[in-house]
Amino acid sequence: MIKEKFSEGDSFFHKLDPRVKIIVALFFSVIVAVTDKYTSLSGGLLFAVGAVAVARLRTKEIVSRLLVVNSFIFFLWLMLPFTFPGKNIYTLGSLNISQEGIKYAFLITIKSNSIILAGIALLSTSSIFNLVHALRHLHFPDKLTQLFFFTYRYTQTIHSEYIRLNNAIKIRGFKARTNFHTYRTYAYLVGMMLVRSYDRSKRVYNAMLCRGFKGKFWTLNHFVFKKSELITGIMMISYIIGLVLLP
Amino acid sequence: MHISEGILSAPVLITGVSLTATAVGYGLKKMDYKQMPKVAILSSVFFVASLIHVPLGPSSVHLILNGVTGVLLGWSAFPAILVALALQGVLFQFGGITTLGVNTFNMALPAIICFYLFNRGVRSENNFIVLILAFVCGFLAVLLSGVMVAAALVFTGEPFIQAAKLVIIAHLPVMILEGVLTAFCIGFLRKVRPEILNV
Repeated sequence: MIKEKFSEGDSFFHKLDPRVKIIVALFFSVIVAVTDKYTSLSGGLLFAVGAVAVARLRTKEIVSRLLVVNSFIFFLWLMLPFTFPGKNIYTLGSLNISQEGIKYAFLITIKSNSIILAGIALLSTSSIFNLVHALRHLHFPDKLTQLFFFTYRYTQTIHSEYIRLNNAIKIRGFKARTNFHTYRTYAYLVGMMLVRSYDRSKRVYNAMLCRGFKGKFWTLNHFVFKKSELITGIMMISYIIGLVLLP
Repeated sequence: MHISEGILSAPVLITGVSLTATAVGYGLKKMDYKQMPKVAILSSVFFVASLIHVPLGPSSVHLILNGVTGVLLGWSAFPAILVALALQGVLFQFGGITTLGVNTFNMALPAIICFYLFNRGVRSENNFIVLILAFVCGFLAVLLSGVMVAAALVFTGEPFIQAAKLVIIAHLPVMILEGVLTAFCIGFLRKVRPEILNV
């Protein structure tokens, strides 16, 4: 089972309307991604860290997510200071470390972490179903949101199918190594996943047709938009606009 | 092969979003509700495959399988890959909102190219030809994705040229592995359930 680890909780962000959260997350990410001013970016990082704190999530889990993101950033730190043209501040053998390169790598690190943290606080605190539901209300194409629903549902079944097949090959003494046998085994495993889920999807679709599915998903619990949530949304957006206006 | 948030420049991000939006729109238009379950299945398999780590020498890599996705889905590969990457973003924070456009395009365009190149070939009668073409399909899909990731980095700025070269070089073994896996996988589907291969 693939868990939505951050979606459970009763913090402020867990309760906030997902439509507001999606809009704020989108707005925040775009602004942070295109800004190069330190003042704005520090304000952005403050917002992201604050939001995660308010969402009261497990620190250990957040740190492990950040480690994954920063492992890629780490490679940029190994390269950018040497390849970025600018004022030379230190010479390491035949390599020059430029001040601008370090600044640039630092900028990327702040941006990346801010966007990821804001994403955790704003998006991952909702369940996938609620997020997709919100996307429908925000007038995303009907087919796309339906595909989301189906895919998320199948992801769970296919993942448990994978675990089952993986256990089956392990019980038979399979050890993964770098050889043809391993690759063939994994390819057949993926093939088997495809075959089984393909059959299942046909059964599910036929069952849906039997129950009168005509290409439309009906939603039973609608979001009720509260005035306080609108105000919260406007306040967060104004803060983000404020970041851009900073000197 | 995700590009993280905060690295690419605004023009590259905007180009990615607009190209992906157009292609996803076209893909959705061509897909009818009857195909929905199949597209969703392949989208989920694409997602789950990224969680499967296969040993490669001293380290391990996860499967990508965008070649297989492309050959089996055609243009629907665009919405399928978009949805899978969005799920990865929300569930595991691999990639985020602003890079979704670029990352989808980098994965899905090679899938479509593979569809046009190998669509007929992998359904041929000759077993040997199918295996060879499926290998090339898996290999090429990862190669093209790597080249596109590199291009996105280089268009962002000259200093990224080293990083871009490294991305392609680091993916060379992955290309071979994906080629081998794609060949075995298509071969398996041909034997076990040939109707899945019919778009």
